[in-house]
Amino acid sequence: MKRRSPLLTLLLAGAFGLCVGPFYWLAMAATQENSDVFSWPPKLLPGGHLMENLQGLQESIGLTRVLFNTVLVAGVQTAGAVVVSVLAGYAFAKFEFRGRNLFFVLLLSTLVLPDTVMLIPIFEMMMKLGLIDSYQSVILPGLVTPFGIFLMRQSLRSMPDELLDAARVDGAGELRVLWRIVIPVNRPVIAALALFVFLGGWNQFVWPLIALRSPDMYTLPVATATLQGLATTNYAQVLLAAAIAAIPVMALFLVLQRQFISGLLAGATKE
Amino acid sequence: MTIAPSEHAPAAAPAGRGTTDQTGRTRPGRRRLLTRTSVPYLLIMPAVLGFVIFKAYPIVASLWISLTTGNGAGRHFTGLDNYQRLLHDPLFWTALENTALILVVQVPLMLGLALLVALGLNSTKVWLRPLWRLGVFIPSLTGLVAAGVMFSVILNRDAGLLNWVLSLFGIDRVNWLGSPFWARVGVVLVITWHYTGYNAVIYLAGLQGIPQELYEAAKVDGAGPIRRFVSITLPQLRPILLLTVVLSTIGTLQLFDEPYVLTGGGPDNSTLTVTMYLYNNGFKYFDFGYASALAYALALIVAVLGLLQVRLMGERK
Repeated sequence: MKRRSPLLTLLLAGAFGLCVGPFYWLAMAATQENSDVFSWPPKLLPGGHLMENLQGLQESIGLTRVLFNTVLVAGVQTAGAVVVSVLAGYAFAKFEFRGRNLFFVLLLSTLVLPDTVMLIPIFEMMMKLGLIDSYQSVILPGLVTPFGIFLMRQSLRSMPDELLDAARVDGAGELRVLWRIVIPVNRPVIAALALFVFLGGWNQFVWPLIALRSPDMYTLPVATATLQGLATTNYAQVLLAAAIAAIPVMALFLVLQRQFISGLLAGATKE
Repeated sequence: MTIAPSEHAPAAAPAGRGTTDQTGRTRPGRRRLLTRTSVPYLLIMPAVLGFVIFKAYPIVASLWISLTTGNGAGRHFTGLDNYQRLLHDPLFWTALENTALILVVQVPLMLGLALLVALGLNSTKVWLRPLWRLGVFIPSLTGLVAAGVMFSVILNRDAGLLNWVLSLFGIDRVNWLGSPFWARVGVVLVITWHYTGYNAVIYLAGLQGIPQELYEAAKVDGAGPIRRFVSITLPQLRPILLLTVVLSTIGTLQLFDEPYVLTGGGPDNSTLTVTMYLYNNGFKYFDFGYASALAYALALIVAVLGLLQVRLMGERK
């Protein structure tokens, strides 16, 4: 066992505090009365107005509906993106086919292009299809994630071919190989990908801001941002909305953190 | 998976990859749709469809739109007019300058901090390492809107948390978000808070991939900690450093959410970014042609900077 350094530990604890501290303050501020959010010194203990603020949010943005929208959009996007990524990742990792490399490079190159380049044509497309202000308009563009396909390809490549061939020799069809072997063996990476896509869907802002028009359709980030823009902003409520946006995601992460970090790192460091 | 063939179906026709050990297993007469040659195409079909509709087409269409004026039926080709206009648009230059300024300050600051945090997290001399690692990663999970809203109050001049903490050290209230200079500092602070831990965790993985023998050999040769860092750690981390530099550059050049929520681009356009200006032109004034030209200008800048970084950092692999 090496010598431990209290100083180094203290420094890291400080970094930890800087990162996590604001969330503590956020959670506390969300339980205050609006007038107490801006009291000096800040209130750092629970305020007892949580229910009142929740009710306020329900009246101002329709919290339950907005939460439903957000869960729906993020959930469907996650399911779709995972399916697309697993299928394509498997093809890229384990099959030879014409155009494979070309398409893969094209796909990856869009990672480097700013998303903003695509905003206007996608907006026009959705207008023409009459999909503006619909769930589809928000969900559809998120279904193809180059990062997800890349991640799945990286992960599936390290799966031994013998495993797949053995199943084939035993008479399993290609879909059965995928369903019975590829997916179970790679469940941790798939879970990490799902979490990653869900986070992205839950937090996405620019596109929903553009694509959604009626407050009934808003997702939490859009509703929060519009709430904050009002002249008569109730900051306790806005902060509560921010807390509701941040805290479930953190809880989800805490439960799945091991898988999540290793999955992300697989994408970041392999090759 | 109802399409999955039954156990008794014959094996797929041998194809690709030369799996020749299946002779005799393919019976003529019952050819399946799902052979090893057709399967990959079916597998990538959804990705190709999505790619064509939501990536390839918009990229091309955007270029075309950037050469036109007017919307819908009234759109007509005007060649490079939008780009001409862009070159003489003071607000574009302001936005570009703001973005560049934030980029130049924020990316090195954040990545430097991230490297320090990663070195700390990698040290065996530290108690409770997993806890600290978890903590520094958490901000990057937060949506930018939630973080923006949170910090718009934390950075409040009169009663914000940050000014209160500073006051404990006897530092006067700072007009974060209220003055052009401090608004930029505020934006930099928030982005740095948001992404430092994420990069630190990526660096940590890189550090853990460095073979320990290198350090032991260097120690035997009498190299001190700084020497070991410069001669072993940095070169070994080079590919990951490059990755984070390029990704952070791309991210910062597209900065939108934070200033949108924190400052709305103000005060006095001091935090107006290129993407925000693009958004204003496209979705407030519905000038799609000009917004598309801005998008392509941004894409060009991203591409040039990215290539430059790969050139400068990518050599000596």
